[in-house]
Amino acid sequence: MIFALILGFALLVIGIYGMLSQRNLIKIVIGFSIADTGIHIIIVSIGYLRNRTAPILNSAVNLKNAVNEVVDPIPSVLVLTAIVIGLAVTALMLSFVVELYKKKQSLSIDDYQELKW
Amino acid sequence: MIKKIFVILTMIGLIMMLSSLVLNFEFVEQLNDLSADYVTGSIEDLKSQNVVTSVIVTYRGLDTLGEVTVLFLATAGIGFLLGKRKGKKRVASELLQTSSSFLVALIILLGVYIFSHGHLTPGGGFQGGVVIANAFLLLILSDASIKFNHTILQLVESLSGAFYVIVGIIGLVLTIGFLNAKIIPLGEFGRLISAGAIPIIYSLIGLKVGSELTNIIDTMRGE
Repeated sequence: MIFALILGFALLVIGIYGMLSQRNLIKIVIGFSIADTGIHIIIVSIGYLRNRTAPILNSAVNLKNAVNEVVDPIPSVLVLTAIVIGLAVTALMLSFVVELYKKKQSLSIDDYQELKW
Repeated sequence: MIKKIFVILTMIGLIMMLSSLVLNFEFVEQLNDLSADYVTGSIEDLKSQNVVTSVIVTYRGLDTLGEVTVLFLATAGIGFLLGKRKGKKRVASELLQTSSSFLVALIILLGVYIFSHGHLTPGGGFQGGVVIANAFLLLILSDASIKFNHTILQLVESLSGAFYVIVGIIGLVLTIGFLNAKIIPLGEFGRLISAGAIPIIYSLIGLKVGSELTNIIDTMRGE
């Protein structure tokens, strides 16, 4: 599971690098999305315990000994919440991009310098 | 040039910070007390098969209410920003038109299955809602000029949201806690009708998320 952790951190770094280095607004949003996915993978891999199954208590799990047979449910809960919020935030960011494009007919972040100091 | 150097410096700092996290990471061998409590509580206290669902809907139900509110705010923001506008009409291929009219009902059925079995199998209200919204996306792709009835969409969304809060308040009136699933009999472990109010709450969340996302897709296709 250490590989999943490394993969998550790699995606996080790639996403942040994309957000910092790209000039195109839509590419910045894509960078945010990649970093988001990396964080989800990190959180899920933190909750992993060796030789255990998912926290669904069906016939694969002995109910009397369930505590010793399932992985941590809390990271899954956090990621479920984070995915939904990430979806909403990405949609909102893309609609901001659409509005900005309508205003100046440009997707380059260099054309929006009103708040730059 | 200076910008690039700053970016590279930031990335080096970030990688150094994160690499120490990865290298010194130790996997645990046992569940911590809180997780163990959630697992045993899900079996004995709530009779819900899916531990993740019982945490989301009951133990941390207030947070899920907040999450649904965030989703609603994002939808409202997108509707406010993008408004209504007529898009260009493009005719879809016959393959897409025929297969979408066949698939839409099945996809909606799959969504309903996912959110009504949220306490038994992997899945739940959010996932089921997204699947339902995908069915409407397929409808839009196959016929760009299709119009959805916004009154019904808004009615479904606001009624499911209101009933979600009402189910929570019933728990307060019965003095067992806000959004507690034990307001109705728990039933038998592992059956469809079990785990008290969890299937009801998750179905309401599924309907709300489905109609909200359909609204987002419908607003965005005008652009």
